Amino acid sequence: MEREKFTFRLYVAGHASNSARATSNLGALCREYLEGRHTIEVVDVFREPQRALADGIFMTPTLIKLGPLPAPVRIVGSLSERVLLIQALGLPGEPE
Amino acid sequence: MLNSGGPDRVNASRKPDTDTSVSGSPRKAPTGIVGFDHITRGGLPRGRTTLLLGGPGSGKTLFALEFLVHGLREMKEPGIFVAFEEHSKRIRANVESFGWNLPELEGKLSFVDAQPAADLIQSGDFDLGGMLAALQALIESTGARRIVFDALDVLLALLADPTARRTEIYRLHDWLLARELTAIITAKAAGDEISAIGREPLAFMQFMVDCGVTLNHKVVLGVSQRSLRVQKYRGTSFDENESPFIIGRRGFEVEVARPLERGSLEISDERVSSGVQRLDTMLDGGYYRGATIMIEGSPGTAKTTLCGAFAQAACKRRERTLFATFDSDANEVIRNLASVGIRLARYVKSGQLRMASVRITNGNAEIYFANILALAKEHKARCLVIDPVSAWHNPGDSMSANSVAERLINWSKAEGITLLCSSLLNETSTPPEGSTARQISTLADTSIHLSDVVQAGERNRGLSIIKSRGTDHSNQVRELILSDEGVTLADTYSLGGQVLMGTLRWQKESGEHAAAGMADAAEKLKRVKIEAEVAELEVQLRALGVELEAKRVEKALLARTNVERKSSLVTKHSRLDELRGADPGGARKKQDKP
Repeated sequence: MEREKFTFRLYVAGHASNSARATSNLGALCREYLEGRHTIEVVDVFREPQRALADGIFMTPTLIKLGPLPAPVRIVGSLSERVLLIQALGLPGEPE
Repeated sequence: MLNSGGPDRVNASRKPDTDTSVSGSPRKAPTGIVGFDHITRGGLPRGRTTLLLGGPGSGKTLFALEFLVHGLREMKEPGIFVAFEEHSKRIRANVESFGWNLPELEGKLSFVDAQPAADLIQSGDFDLGGMLAALQALIESTGARRIVFDALDVLLALLADPTARRTEIYRLHDWLLARELTAIITAKAAGDEISAIGREPLAFMQFMVDCGVTLNHKVVLGVSQRSLRVQKYRGTSFDENESPFIIGRRGFEVEVARPLERGSLEISDERVSSGVQRLDTMLDGGYYRGATIMIEGSPGTAKTTLCGAFAQAACKRRERTLFATFDSDANEVIRNLASVGIRLARYVKSGQLRMASVRITNGNAEIYFANILALAKEHKARCLVIDPVSAWHNPGDSMSANSVAERLINWSKAEGITLLCSSLLNETSTPPEGSTARQISTLADTSIHLSDVVQAGERNRGLSIIKSRGTDHSNQVRELILSDEGVTLADTYSLGGQVLMGTLRWQKESGEHAAAGMADAAEKLKRVKIEAEVAELEVQLRALGVELEAKRVEKALLARTNVERKSSLVTKHSRLDELRGADPGGARKKQDKP
């Protein structure tokens, strides 16, 4: 069975500590659960404020799961609670 | 001033610009909410942050939005409205009725929807960096100088711990200060009590900001009362008391009892007619223009009639007039007044007179006042009639009622509007202490009292002038008479310490009339008698004259006869002597000694 690919977009605020933690937390999670089947786009709202405005990003960091469908999922924070995250993103039950 | 040094003189003579006072107090950003700008001596601190606290429905959003709209319209300062709770579309729809015409401001007034999504998942801590970056971009593209964060508490509630909240508040505050934005942050809080643990971040914010304003909304005995209080304002003086406000037709309206500046009023010596000629006479020429007149009386004492007479007289002078009626419908008033010869319909038709029925069962004085003010301004009224002002009283309304009266009078005086109020007096009681009517009655320039006088089986209306400042006025009680030809006053009679009215007065009048007739007749009779006597005497006088003449003639006749007789005797003797041939001497001797 062709496994679905996960697409994420992570909005960060420069080098703020919670943004940095979110980046690393997401990276670790993907490596564990979605090895080879994910893409992460990181948007720095300091560099692209217009985009934050257009996308309605007011709290940083914010993670958006764009795929797979159905609805996009939005998670705010440093992504530190792993169990909640796995559940919210609909990740496979077992690490690979 | 002459002795002060060079730099000081330059400073002192420098013309202060509109935002800066000479003493160097903070520059102000007017909110356009007139009363509020007065309380704060000019508006919110420019380039600083104001915290606006209030319970649900207290008017926070409205206040903040009005601040932005005014800034843009009057000061040409673009603004940003960041909505954390209510969606901006709904906010815009809600204020549509105030006529601010928001679509026209598109592009200069930006709305940012920053509501946390209902299904928002939170994992770990976050900050407002994203929001501030986004807003920075918006500020750069629009040139915004004013910003509102509406319901910041919603966002703060998502932050995990007090430390994080504090950090974000600091971040926001620093960010605002660095950009010198004039900002309002609104947050929900129940009145002045923000000390509860849940309110901790707000309490902290209160210490941080330069200006703190609290909105209260209470219901006292079924009457809604809104008030506003400035809690703090760094570097400036302000009114510290609660000021009532309402959400009126044009938006947020804060009312302040403005003390009249000494000598600031243009006092008029001009008199205006009360519409009743004899009342004008009693008042030595009528009411003063710009005065406040109070007509008090129990039910059915023709208060409305006097109001109508005044309005009609004003319209005849071609003065725009507002007649606000609280007891009955405007058309009823017009019809009823027509029955006593006061015809207002034509002036309503010509637009000179505006009749406004303001029949609300549970409004409060504040709202009535604001409505009247708006109507009077709209109509450009020179004369204003409020019938009756006692309808403004509502139990539970005493806080604002007093100041409403004062403001109503101050306002009408400042505008030069002649204000005529009527007030219902119950037979059992005067208007309650602290009611608007009671207050106006105290402050009025002219006060007229109408009463029922029940006497000899009938009810009549008595009118007296309680006071009339600055005019020589009659102290007499007069009877007010209404007929289909109009209103007039009749003299009354006092008899044994009682004033006679109605039929009794008529009887007295006709009695006097009869007595006068009798006296007339008696006098006539006497005159005729005397004339007769005079005539009689004259006749007698003439008769006597005639008799006198006759006697004179008789007497003359007698004298002549005598002479003639003597001479004829002499002649006879001479003739005899002649005949006897005697000498004249001998004859005479003979005759002398017989």
